[in-house]
Amino acid sequence: MNIKELLFKPLFQDNPIALQILGICSALAVTSSLKVTLVMCLAVTVVTAFSNFFVSLVRNHAPSSIRIIVQMTIIASLVIVVDQILKAVAYDTSKQLSVFVGLIITNCIVMGRAEAFAMKNKPLPSLLDGLGNGLGYSIILIILAVIRELFGSGKLLGFEILPLATEGGWYVSNGMLLLPPSAFFIIGFIIWAIRTVKTEQVEETEFKIAPNTQAKEAH
Amino acid sequence: MSNKDSIQKTFIVALLLCIVCSVIVSTAAVLLKPAQIANKSKDFKINILKAGGLYDAGIAEGKSINDMFESVSTKLVDLDTGEYSEAVDIESYDQRKASKDPALSDDLSSADDLAKISRREKYSKVYLVNEGDEVKKVILPIKGYGLWSTLYGFISLESDLTTVSGLTFYEHAETPGLGGEVDNPRWKGLWSGKKIYDDENQVGLTVIKGKVDAGTPGSEYKVDGLSGATLTSKGVDNLIKFWMGNMGYSKFLNNLKSGEA
Repeated sequence: MNIKELLFKPLFQDNPIALQILGICSALAVTSSLKVTLVMCLAVTVVTAFSNFFVSLVRNHAPSSIRIIVQMTIIASLVIVVDQILKAVAYDTSKQLSVFVGLIITNCIVMGRAEAFAMKNKPLPSLLDGLGNGLGYSIILIILAVIRELFGSGKLLGFEILPLATEGGWYVSNGMLLLPPSAFFIIGFIIWAIRTVKTEQVEETEFKIAPNTQAKEAH
Repeated sequence: MSNKDSIQKTFIVALLLCIVCSVIVSTAAVLLKPAQIANKSKDFKINILKAGGLYDAGIAEGKSINDMFESVSTKLVDLDTGEYSEAVDIESYDQRKASKDPALSDDLSSADDLAKISRREKYSKVYLVNEGDEVKKVILPIKGYGLWSTLYGFISLESDLTTVSGLTFYEHAETPGLGGEVDNPRWKGLWSGKKIYDDENQVGLTVIKGKVDAGTPGSEYKVDGLSGATLTSKGVDNLIKFWMGNMGYSKFLNNLKSGEA
């Protein structure tokens, strides 16, 4: 696999959120403001990239009986380091992200890439794969955050774009966009859009609904 | 490679991995600790300054947070007697921890527990803004349960000890856009100039549903509720009643007024 494919395939073709449907929890939780989202994206990308790298480094030494624990330990250590750095450097944002930085440990994308890719590939391609998947996650989150912050609170990165009616402007904000379920709908629309363009992503229906049978007279 | 699944190898790998990871994690934690503590105390000070209305003016003058905080003196108050106390070391006193410590807090009966905090610490820090010998503002920490979470904040009073000069909440997890609007500067602005104690020295200040008509008598005792956040508004109303009442700071404020604190 070449560099370009490793980095850019996860953006649309094999997006971790839109195709693999992983990492939805944090996608709902942190996207009500763009600034917080950007920090979260950065954190997840760094953790995915480096956990892939280190897991790949030890892949030939990790006994298969404890390989998941080995991956988990590496991921958890990286997440703690990232959390500590955020608390020291970007205190306000880390306060808003609160528990979600710690929960990167349980983000399926990180673990999924470590198990599916890093255990079978060399360190450098693994690093790029992690980076690519982090970016794939980021691109969906950023789209969500832009829509939610702009139409939910009339701002982007805290700057006023649409003056709110409650503050004397003209824009009546959509309160639901500030609540987590709205992200579900937007993700749904994104998946729909991607699958309309890339029809090969459409899954085969597992069950076919049988046509209604005609009512019969009881005997 | 061939013996990588042996028990011996498994133990060695597990041990080495744990050592390497723990060294990395603890190094990061130790190295970054000073910066984190500085951030935390700065954040705390900013909130006190904001409640006292000193923050924006100070920033405009280009002062640092620590310089601004110099005009604020921190005192410890015994909430039962309403007098200053030196029972615990004020520097190391952690009020949040104390409210959970049986030795430093009291259980509240459900009739007393308006703010739904279940325990109240015996001692509270108060922040006085002095100008010369005179107390210009008093900033008091408050907390109480809203809809989802405990709201932590400060209320600051003018020198008459009944007029509100400002209110802030620095920590809560209410619904963004609805209850989360307790953060909204416009709503917080509504509080300044309101009166807490009525003629009988009872807490008269209340958060009402809907808008306050400024012309009507008694409007100085009423604050607009947050629309779509009835329970958060109720929570704020309750916590003001609790902390300004007899279980809260009212004894201290009376002592301060008569100069006996």
